[in-house]
Formats: sequence, C-alpha cells, structure tokens
Amino acid sequence: MATIVEAPPVAPAAPSSRGGLWGWLTSVDHKKIGIMYGISAFVFFVLGGIEALVIRWQLAVPDGTLVNEEVYNQLFTMHGTTMVFLFVMPVSAAFGNYFMPIMIGARDVAFPRMNALSFWIFISGGIFISSSFFLGGFPDGAWVGYSPLSTQSEVIRMDFWAIGLLILGVASLLGAVNFITTIFTMRAPGMTLFRMPVFVWMQLVVAFLLAFSLPLVTVGLFQVILDRNFGTLFYDAATGGDPILWQHLFWLFGHPEVYILILPAMGIVSEVLPTFSRKPLFGYQFVVFAGAAIGFLGFGVWAHHMFTSGLGPVAETAFGLMTMTIAVPTGIKIFNWVGTMWGGNISFTTPMLFSVGFVAMFTIGGLSGVTHSIVPADTQQHDSYYVVAHFHYVLFGGAVFGVFAGVYYWFGKVFGRMLDETIGKWHYWLMFIGFNLTFAPMHFLGLNGMPRRIATYGDGLGWNYWNFMATVGSFVIALSILVFLYNAVRSYRSGELAGPDPWDGRTLEWTTSSPPADYNFAEVPVVEAIDDFWYKKYGEDEDHLPVRLDTNPLDPSASAPQEEFHVHLPSPSYYPILLAVGIVTLAYGFLWLPVGYLVMAAGLGIMLWAIFGWAMEDIDHPMGDNGHGEGHADDGGGDDAEAELVGTSSEGAE
Amino acid sequence: MAVAHTTSGGLDIRKTAMWSFLASELMFFGALISTFLLYRGRTNGGPDAEELFDIPFTSVSSFVLLMSSLTMVLAHNAWERNDQRQLRLWLLSTAGLGLVFLGGQFYEFSTFVHEGLKLDTSPFGSSFYMLTGFHGAHVAVGVLMLSAMSILSFRVGLTKSRGMNVELVALYWHFVDIVWIVIFTVVYLLQV
Repeated sequence: MATIVEAPPVAPAAPSSRGGLWGWLTSVDHKKIGIMYGISAFVFFVLGGIEALVIRWQLAVPDGTLVNEEVYNQLFTMHGTTMVFLFVMPVSAAFGNYFMPIMIGARDVAFPRMNALSFWIFISGGIFISSSFFLGGFPDGAWVGYSPLSTQSEVIRMDFWAIGLLILGVASLLGAVNFITTIFTMRAPGMTLFRMPVFVWMQLVVAFLLAFSLPLVTVGLFQVILDRNFGTLFYDAATGGDPILWQHLFWLFGHPEVYILILPAMGIVSEVLPTFSRKPLFGYQFVVFAGAAIGFLGFGVWAHHMFTSGLGPVAETAFGLMTMTIAVPTGIKIFNWVGTMWGGNISFTTPMLFSVGFVAMFTIGGLSGVTHSIVPADTQQHDSYYVVAHFHYVLFGGAVFGVFAGVYYWFGKVFGRMLDETIGKWHYWLMFIGFNLTFAPMHFLGLNGMPRRIATYGDGLGWNYWNFMATVGSFVIALSILVFLYNAVRSYRSGELAGPDPWDGRTLEWTTSSPPADYNFAEVPVVEAIDDFWYKKYGEDEDHLPVRLDTNPLDPSASAPQEEFHVHLPSPSYYPILLAVGIVTLAYGFLWLPVGYLVMAAGLGIMLWAIFGWAMEDIDHPMGDNGHGEGHADDGGGDDAEAELVGTSSEGAE
Repeated sequence: MAVAHTTSGGLDIRKTAMWSFLASELMFFGALISTFLLYRGRTNGGPDAEELFDIPFTSVSSFVLLMSSLTMVLAHNAWERNDQRQLRLWLLSTAGLGLVFLGGQFYEFSTFVHEGLKLDTSPFGSSFYMLTGFHGAHVAVGVLMLSAMSILSFRVGLTKSRGMNVELVALYWHFVDIVWIVIFTVVYLLQV
C-alpha cells in the first residue's frame, strides 16, 4: 500500500521576511518583482478596460454623443497601447519572473538588481504614458502610430507615446537579456533544456523575440521623435521621406510582438492542461519546436499588416504564403493540447476551464487570421471590424484567457490561499459569454463594411443591432472582472489554505512551500525527467496507470519554518528604482524644452548617482549567516557577484 | 546523484548576457543601416554623398578605430596575465584611440554642416547623421567604460576574480568596431 507523508499546509507568511513599503521598493527578489509586475499590470488592465467601455458606450447606438472624435481617438489609442504594452506584456513578465526561476530549480534570476530595474523602468514608462491624460491629453495616433498621424500633429501627445514606448522597450530588453541568461546558465542539476517545462521554453522564445524585435521599433521611435523635435525628414513625404518605412519598422517589431503576447499564455496552458488531465503533455518536443518555429517564422510575416500599402504582387504573394505557413506550428500546438486532454482523467477546475476556453477561442482567432493571409480577402477586411474581431479572439480569447488560467492555477502558490472555485466558475462563464457576445458580432460588422477607428456611425447602415449586442457583451466582461476582483480580495484574506501541492502538480514550483521561501528551495532539486516532480510522486503499475509512491519529494522548506534554513541571498538595493526615476525625469524634461533642460540635467544627475552607486554597491550583506559565503567575498560590484551568490548556495546544497 | 549534469553548458553568466545584448544591438544597427540605404539618394536638392565624403580622411579615422581593437586585445591579454601596468596602458590607449576617432567624427560632421548637409536638409542627411551619430554615441559609451576600468585599475587593481569586466568591455568594444567596418563599407565606400 502506497502512502505518502503529506506536509501540513503552512499558514501563509508575508511573501518575504523583509516587508514594508521600503522592502518592496528595494526588493531584488524575483517573486516580489513578479507580484509587483502582476498587480501593476492588472491596474493597467482595468484602466484599459474602462477606455474600452467608453468606446463601446459611444458605439452602442448610431450617432453616439458620449465623446467627440478627438477624445475617441485618444481612447482607442490608449486602449491598444495600454492593453499591449502595459497589461499583456508585463503580466507575462509577472508569471515569467515568479515562476521561471522556480521551475528551473534556481533561487533567483541571473541579475536580480537588473530584474528590479526592468520592473521600475516599466512602471515609470507606464506612468509616463498615462500621465499624458493630465498634461494635454492621451496620445491620439493609434497604437501603431502611423506617420503622418504620429509625426505631424503639433501637440506633444505623440511625444508621450513615442518616448514612453522607448522607456518600456528598455525595460523589456533588460528583462529579455536577464531571462535568456537565467535559462541558459542557472538551471538546477539535471534540468536539461529538454526537461524544462514548456512555460519556461516559451519564456525563452519570447526573450529572444524581444531581444531581436525591440531594437527595430526603437529605431523607428527615435525617427519619430527626431522628426517631431529636430526637423529630420524621415517620414516627410514632401522631401523624399517615406512613411511606409515606419510601417515596415513597426511591424517588423509588431508581428513578433504578437507572439510575444501569445506565447507566454501558450506556455501557461501547456502547464495547466497536463495537470488537470493527469497526463503528460502530448508531444512535448513538438510543442517546444512549434513554439520556436513560431518565433522564427514570426519575423517573416510582418508585411501582411501592410497588404493595402502597395507592396506589389511578388511581396504580397511571398508574405501571404509565409503567413499561411505560420498556421502550421500553431496548428501543431492545438492538436497537441487536444491530444493531451484526449483520454485524460480531466477535472474541470477554473484554470482548466480557462485553458480549454483558450484553446477553443484561440483556434477561432487563428482561423480568421488565416483568412488575412489571402491578399484579395485581406484587402476587403483591412481596417474593418473583422480585423478587430480577429485580434481580440487571439489576444483576449487567447492571451487573456491564458493569463487567467495562470492566475487561478498559481494564485495559491503565490499567496498561500486558493482562489474560490465557485466564484471562479462564475467569473469564467461570465467572461466567456461576454467575450463572445462582444467580439463575435464584430466579424459580421466588419464584413458588412464597418471600418475600425471611427467615432460614430450613421443610422440605417445595418450595423445597429450587432453594435448594441457588442456593447452589452463588453459590460458582461466588465462584470466578470468585478467578480474576479472580489474573488481575489476575498480569497487573499480568507481563502482555503493551498499547501505546497494543491493540484497534484508536475513541475518544481509545487515542491516548495506556498508561498515559496525567499530562497525558493532549501535544497537545490536534482532533476531526472520531464515533469520530474510527478515521477517522484507516482510510479506505474502493469497497466501503465499511475501509482502513488511512498516518498516525500517536497522541498524541506515546505514543511519547516523558513528560519531553519540559512541561504545566502542578494541584498536589497534602492539603485534600480533610483535609476528608473532618473530616466523618467529625463523624459519629462525633454517634453518641455528649453525649461526642461534643467529637469533633464536633474534626471541625468540622478541617473549618474544611481549608476555609480550601483557599480560600487557592496552587495555582500548576508541576510542570515551561512556556511558557504566564500565565492563572492572579493567582488566590489557588478552583477556577477549576485549570480555567484545564488550559484554558490546551490553548490552548497548538493 | 548520477544525473547531476552540468546544466549551464559552461556558459559564463555575464558573457551570455553581453552576447544577447549585442545580438539585440546588431538588429538596432541593421535597422539604422537599412534606413540609410533607403534614403541614400534622396538628397532633396542638398549635397549628396559624392560631394561630401572625404574617403582618405575617413579611412584614417577608421584605421584608428581598428587599431583600438588591437590595443583592446592587448589590454585583455594583460588582464589575463594580471599585469596591472600593461593593463592600464592598453586600456588608456584604447580609450585614447576612441577619442581620436570621435574627434575625427566631430570634424567630419562640422565640415558636412558647413558644406550644407544638416539634419533637416534631406532624408539622406537625416539618416546619415542618425546612423553615424548613434555609432559615435556607442563609441563614447565605450570610452566611458574604458576610463572607468582604468580608474578602477589604479584604485584597486582588476584581478581575474574581480568579475568579467575587462572581457565584457572588450566584447562591446570589438562589436562597435565591427559595426563601423560595415558602416564604412556600406555608407562611405559604396556611395562614392
């Protein structure tokens, strides 16, 4: 008879022993940074959602009068910018930060202070863009910022947009470098690349996509800023400049960006489906290689956003074919997810519901995406509500459903208490119905000729009914988000205790306490298989059915108080937040030259102070004493010392 | 445990980070060079490449920058031998050669402006100044890092155990040099 020593659920402690506001502001702990990413992303999600609700209210009936055209332009610009750059990207950074290191058996990322810097630059950039509301109005050139809308308007709104995106780009680039380095160099013993959870693989692909695509839009954004402020002629058609160049640079970034948004959600779903089907992921290597293939092909399809800009038949054919090709790896993934569920012992928990919803909704969005690869059809659909329907099916039905699958799956791990399942199912069904009610009609509206980005429409065009239904749907979505927020607050306070392994999970994060100790693992795990934790819990009988083994593969920290283990961790640092403040001060100064030169000088001063302090900082203050501090004693500064700290302690635990 | 593979594959943490950053930089300069190639003939009535470029002069400053890669290698070699005197000498020579290059660029820019090519003269001018300007900024950052290294070397000595700093600066510096070889070929030699 197989019995198992179950660790009693430990009441959740504060996520870190160093609490308080100062503790959060100076934290370099990847888990705290992940939580901060997640919460700020949700704040921006609510802001972007309110913008969407105003848009839908305006469009509910013909000749809407809630807002005028000027405000409407600002609303859809900021809705897109906020949802893409300030919600989906940071929320996947949140999951990546919190779980990627734990899933590969590391105690932190490779460069903890740089990780904090990424977050603080992200939040400064987000506040910078959003603050335009109080300083002359939101940007109004659409989230794609096509020239001349971005370059020839006199007000500073699009400066806010361009500079804000530059700042956010720095944050993402630092994060990408950090993640690539962490995944390549910090894996636990035995955690070979092809034993990594698919979520980690997808984070790796995303990091490469960011590293290779961000610099392209950076160049474009600099050109917009130079055109607007220094009289350069990059996008001035009258003197030989070419606005189409912006479209190329933007979409060379923008299409990989689409995969940057969706791949982390695909990674989450690839973790959730096996757990609740109680089966390994079907075709692990196919899923991994399909993800990598999507990453590669994603750089070769950008011009399908530009089929109506006059590329010529050769380019249009080539990009049309490439776009059809990219459906292949995506299809592979969908079949693998279905194959994972096939014959599984499925339990329809809330994360599972969101994952199944993801697969279904993403498939619809993927199919309408394939219709865009057919150039003549795309010419009809271009800039119509059909496109809006398509990308909301992949980004809301895909990315957002995936994100909520992750939230319900991992909430207990992060906060120690489970989200309520009953309320969660209410949330899911409301969101599922509201989502389809909002966006499915947009297919019809688009095919009936309704263009996107119009502030209002006339009566008698045949668009009234579905527009009204879409507005009803959007408020159902809003209601579902309220249900979620209620669930989150309620469960955080008094939810059921999670314990280390509430879902009978497969990956390393479930071996740790909930929430994990500051150092994640008291003993660095040694990995022997894909889904290592599962195979340490279960063997097989002669019919290949899982049989629980008489072992306790949990990390020792899961059943003992944190203080019993002394693991050396990097010290907190306030230089990351200081550097971010310097950068954003510099950016604000730039907007109000010449007075702003003073502000810019202040910003530069703060930056220099932060960089100098960073380089010289003595990061060798052990949090508690420990037996293995020798590997880093002589370093005066620099991130490798931090990395060594983590590396050294893992050696000590082997 | 028998399965305790080395999972890092022997990669150095800081070098992995620097290489991925440089890969990103490659795309940055790729986009800048592409912009220049698109706009090279769009002079908007202003001077064109053939009227402006002084190939012998730019060849000399390119040679200076290439030699700085040699001194950087010598600095790296001295660092590996833990020879602080030689290290300082070659770090400062590299920074000095970088400054000479920047001086040449400053002279070149002021000459071009004098001859009628400004940022706002033509798309050709905008893209030329943006590309070479960003390259110059990268050289300037490199000079700052080299100077910081030299100061550290005077103050505390840069031993091998003191992190990867010299090697990282060297990677960056060589990258900036290689980019210049491409710029010199594509922007200067192929346009006249």
